[in-house]
Amino acid sequence: MTGRAITITSGKGGVGKTTVTANLAVALALLGRRVTAIDTDIGLRNLDIIMGMESRIIYDIVDVVEGQCHLLQALIRDKRLPNLHLLPAAQTSDKTAISREDMIAICQELKADNDFVLIDSPAGIEHGFQNALAGADEVIIVTTPEVSAVRSADRIIGLIEMNGKGPGRLIINRIKPAMVRRGDMLDTYDVIEFLAIELLGVIPEDEAVIVSANKGVPLAFEQSTQASQAFHNIARRILGETVPFMPIIEERGGLLNRLRSLFRFP
Amino acid sequence: MTPAITIPPRSNGETNIWIKGTRKGLSITLGEGDWSKLLHELDLRLSQADAFFRGSQVNLSTGKRDLNQTELKELMDTLLKHDIKLISLRTGSEAAAEAAQSLGVRLDLPEATLDQMAPRTSPEEPSEGLLLRRTLRSGQSIRHPGHVVIIGDVNPGAEIIAGGDVVVWGKLRGMVHAGALGDNGAVVCALELMPTQLRIGTHIATSPEEKKSKGIQPEVAFVLNDRIVAEPWSGK
Repeated sequence: MTGRAITITSGKGGVGKTTVTANLAVALALLGRRVTAIDTDIGLRNLDIIMGMESRIIYDIVDVVEGQCHLLQALIRDKRLPNLHLLPAAQTSDKTAISREDMIAICQELKADNDFVLIDSPAGIEHGFQNALAGADEVIIVTTPEVSAVRSADRIIGLIEMNGKGPGRLIINRIKPAMVRRGDMLDTYDVIEFLAIELLGVIPEDEAVIVSANKGVPLAFEQSTQASQAFHNIARRILGETVPFMPIIEERGGLLNRLRSLFRFP
Repeated sequence: MTPAITIPPRSNGETNIWIKGTRKGLSITLGEGDWSKLLHELDLRLSQADAFFRGSQVNLSTGKRDLNQTELKELMDTLLKHDIKLISLRTGSEAAAEAAQSLGVRLDLPEATLDQMAPRTSPEEPSEGLLLRRTLRSGQSIRHPGHVVIIGDVNPGAEIIAGGDVVVWGKLRGMVHAGALGDNGAVVCALELMPTQLRIGTHIATSPEEKKSKGIQPEVAFVLNDRIVAEPWSGK
């Protein structure tokens, strides 16, 4: 098998890249796929915390690159899902510790053994982002419906296109229907119209995300909340299914109808 | 970029410095007049569009003016101050030619008369235009000495710096500087004119506060009575 390597990036920090990476990894694994997630935020690692694997880290990606260990030794298996693995970042180095060629080699090796390699990119547009992008076949851009995040997303989409990895697909995270209704928050249509790329999913703001992060148990392990349902829908769309967007976006009158003309619905 | 200084025009509205962008780079022509006044004016003109000129290479024309080595060195220093390199000199004066050679500046073919050389920097002047059929995303920058036409949007955080006019067949939401080589007669047109900042020649302006959601129409921006104004495009 040759898997698909997908980089999850945003430009702006704090919009939900790591949360999306962890939850999509779990959702895809629950659907029976072999998934390895890679944390490339060297020096500020947190994918391990969100996935609840922090205490079991022996080797990390920098050890692999420096030849201290073999790639397989650095992979940590999820306790609940044997088909889900994590390659953690190093906390005691920085992003100059690995190169784009290193990343391409690691992704190649992992793709041979996995259906999906999900690469969690650091914030920014410099070395760390370039590394995260190097091994990607596809890109997911995460943004929040807020002016500075959208501006950064536009910048990053431009860089992704220039690197030949474009155009990428968009996840709009942390949308608050009540604020959209009041006109205090950009709605999905505004964001898509500005960024002009395909919409992959919309995730509503949910306190449960913070709770699950603190516990180290990604939300996608259960399906009761709207947010976790959104992650599962996105996973299915990544697998090629056509999944209708959830009613949270029906808050603005006629918006769903406008969206129908942009995206294929069953 | 530069602050919004407007150099008051000379009493007869003319200048003896012409700056033109060509395919080969920048071309500066210095006409008659007191040398140190000319250098001073050149310094000011270059400061106005500083970011545009930085790193450029220049072909200089000085007509029949006799220049000695000191004067030519002064000029090269003035250019260097703006990070501009002098690569060739076109002159009808033997003295100037010698000075150039001693300073290691290449000589171009001698010109006939200054009158034939003086390029106008008016909008009607034919200059090579650039046409792009894509949207400019945040962080992308287009710099071109001639006219620029974009079929697409210009997002906030993107910039266009053009020696000539700028036409955006889409939403202009970024920063645009038309007439960046000192031409206050340049224009900016857009289907939706809502730039973060708009500059024409030595003038600068920003979009008015009130947001227009309905009734957005194509507009032309130009300099009138020393200010930038925008008018709906009526096809006149």
